[in-house]
Amino acid sequence: MMSTRFQPDNVPSTAKAVEGTPLLELKGIKKRFPGVLALDGVSFDLQPGEVHVLFGENGAGKSTMISTIAGVHQPSDGEMLFQGQPLHIQSVHHARSLGISAVFQEFSLVEQLTVEQNLFLGSEQTTRGILNRKAQHEEAARILASLGFPLKPKQKVAYLSRAEQQMVEIAKAFRSDLSILILDEPTASLTERETNRLFELVEQVKSQGVGIIYITHRIAEIRRIADRVTVLRDGRYIDTVDAKSTTEEQLISLMTGRLISQIFPEINFDPGEKLLLIDNLSTSDDRVKEASIHVCRGEIVGLAGLVGAGKSKLIRACFGLEDIYQGTVMFGDEDVTGLSTRQMLDRGFFYSPPDRRSEGLVMNRSCRENISLPSLHLPAFHNWQFLRRKGELKMVSDLASRLQLHPLKIEREVDHFSGGNQQKVLLAKCLTRDVELYVFDEPTVGVDVGTRVEIYKFIAKLCENGAAVIVISSDLPEVLHLSNRLYVMHRGRIQAELSGDEITQENVLRNFFDKEAA
Amino acid sequence: MSSEIQSGQSAQEVADQQPASARSLQYYLQLIFVRLGVLPFLLVIALVTFTLTSDNFLTSRNLLNVVRQSSYLTLIAVGQMFALLTGGFDLSVGTIIALTSVVGATAMAAAFVAVPDSIWLVITIGIVAGIAAGALIGAINGIGVAIFGVSPFMMTLGMSSVGFGVALYLTGGTPVYGMPAEFGDIFGFGNLLGMPAPVMVGLALILFLYILLNWTRLGRYFYAVGGNLKAASLSGINARLTLFLAYLICGVVAAISGILLTARLDTGEANIGASMPLESIAACVIAGVSLRGGVGRLENVVLGALFIGLVQNGMNLARIESYLQTVVIGALLIIAVIADQARLRVMANMQD
Repeated sequence: MMSTRFQPDNVPSTAKAVEGTPLLELKGIKKRFPGVLALDGVSFDLQPGEVHVLFGENGAGKSTMISTIAGVHQPSDGEMLFQGQPLHIQSVHHARSLGISAVFQEFSLVEQLTVEQNLFLGSEQTTRGILNRKAQHEEAARILASLGFPLKPKQKVAYLSRAEQQMVEIAKAFRSDLSILILDEPTASLTERETNRLFELVEQVKSQGVGIIYITHRIAEIRRIADRVTVLRDGRYIDTVDAKSTTEEQLISLMTGRLISQIFPEINFDPGEKLLLIDNLSTSDDRVKEASIHVCRGEIVGLAGLVGAGKSKLIRACFGLEDIYQGTVMFGDEDVTGLSTRQMLDRGFFYSPPDRRSEGLVMNRSCRENISLPSLHLPAFHNWQFLRRKGELKMVSDLASRLQLHPLKIEREVDHFSGGNQQKVLLAKCLTRDVELYVFDEPTVGVDVGTRVEIYKFIAKLCENGAAVIVISSDLPEVLHLSNRLYVMHRGRIQAELSGDEITQENVLRNFFDKEAA
Repeated sequence: MSSEIQSGQSAQEVADQQPASARSLQYYLQLIFVRLGVLPFLLVIALVTFTLTSDNFLTSRNLLNVVRQSSYLTLIAVGQMFALLTGGFDLSVGTIIALTSVVGATAMAAAFVAVPDSIWLVITIGIVAGIAAGALIGAINGIGVAIFGVSPFMMTLGMSSVGFGVALYLTGGTPVYGMPAEFGDIFGFGNLLGMPAPVMVGLALILFLYILLNWTRLGRYFYAVGGNLKAASLSGINARLTLFLAYLICGVVAAISGILLTARLDTGEANIGASMPLESIAACVIAGVSLRGGVGRLENVVLGALFIGLVQNGMNLARIESYLQTVVIGALLIIAVIADQARLRVMANMQD
């Protein structure tokens, strides 16, 4: 399965990588969580001075794997070799002492503390038990300066932007000697300039012989900094390939196990009259600025942009979830600016939120109750003052079998279903009532490929039946392949509107970042 | 997809695949524990223990006595459940009882002096005034929690001090006398179809709340708002109104309990109900109501409250000192919480 060994061409002494044993080697690592085999016999090796990308879908096991290497979890089975020696990493602290540092997507920062206090959290410098604040401050300033991050050590983390918090998280990894650096989608919230700076740093530590494990979804980044790519799928090792010579199509089919054409359905768009018209809309918190878009019946409109670009906020403002500062929202012929969530639902506007745990579902209640929740006041569910529980049961059962809920047990708590099936429950909620405009915010987060294909078909069918659909997504292939038209947002503004052949990855990415930086 | 199939299996499916010999008694006990919580086990232990320690325990007269004595706590626990379902709790239920008692008795006594001939009018005025006082506390709790976002802990703790202070101020700390004797005779000591009046009132109210909770939209919304407030709002539910109504219902139900207790005591007392916040929360938690909100069944809460009444009665018969009894109740509450967490672990194991 392994492809030929690849030599990083910017390491001066090529002999170093060949002679040296791998920095880290995993053999048949398994990790079992209650009910789930998250890693199923994964093998992996990391050479000194290489950038090794882990590639795979959400839920493929990438995060579990780096957590295992960083000492967050202990493997259930398998062997780990560090510089040729067998090793059991007991804790994050132990991993740190070996020079293994991880920068996770979910920040491990204490927001109430300052940047420097966070940097040294867990390894504070003391003199006879008393904190040595001055030394710590100087050391923090030195680290930040060497990394080129424009942060003040005394600033509270709570006041920093997401990108700045990401920088603090990266700086934490650099506070002690490094042997392995793990970066989990570090550029997700960085600007182009900050990303360039990060890549320079990566090159720098690479030349010092540090091994870097890098998780990304972006093919462009793989091209730019990776040496080798290991692909995981459903917790299993698929292949390790050379980063420069493997094409995008090959990578995606390795990742998903199918060709792109098998994942995304062919959709026949038949745009009719304009249904939603947003004109010059700004929110009170200034996260959306003077945005104007329109959506017609019978088409899917994509909204793309980085995290925090305002693509969710724009739609949430129309759904009564954000305060509108200026602008108008027309739904059909009616001015619906500033109406409540209930009023928008009753007009046929349905918004499916991105995070099913925090906003989408009542996790400790049954599928039945979740699915019928938005529609209990409709005659189908409700008669005078009482619920029609038989009618509810029948309607929900039909929906659940139509969406192939597995296992088909609608009285079970949502929490006890897999991510893909939870997502199906979330989607089923919009089928209990008449909807003219469906908005799906990140519809396939944490969902396996099989379910993804089903969800795309589901969305395509809604559109072909004449509904208007908006898909908000940070997953580029998703918006690229589903959309009839595509709006790209950046810092709260509509940066571009693309349609037809203009919808390409290059065109979208060009509008993701600051104009001056691009 | 294969891992999904594994993780998605329920305990029963696993059981179906196991050979019959593997389905031992232990397995069924675990299943009962996971499904119903710790209450069935505690009930069995209590019944066996008290039957062995006292000959008078397992008699129909004593058990009816337990039901009557527990009816006040049962009502309060059922009201408390609404607050718990929405993810909060109400520490002011004791104060609501005291204030209801004082206001109801004062109003009734005053009306009795004014119109001594219309007994029913006097009683109605007293009951309405008392329940209105309790409902007011519940409404203020609801406004604080739902509109101003005060944590239920601080809001109801604060209101319990406010209400208690008002009740003491109104009475000067002395009991209120002067209610018509019929009030106590009917609502305190009366019988209907062989059932004590407080039990009958309690049953009617419990039936009403059961229907409200299980057969109306509002009932469903309490569960949804407590389970996930954001998801409920995004589904078009007025979450603030739902929260407000939970505290209002809790207040009204506690007030009705307070009226019944006043009838039994025949006086308006500011010093009753102090143990009710703890005992009502204990009854709910023992009955499997989640402190995180969104989970709980009303019929179990009734059983939970009866269980606490049973334990108190059994300890009285066994001549255990009342000071020690409060130790037992507190310990039971903590055991119930620990058992609830153990339940989650057993549940995870069984699904594996």
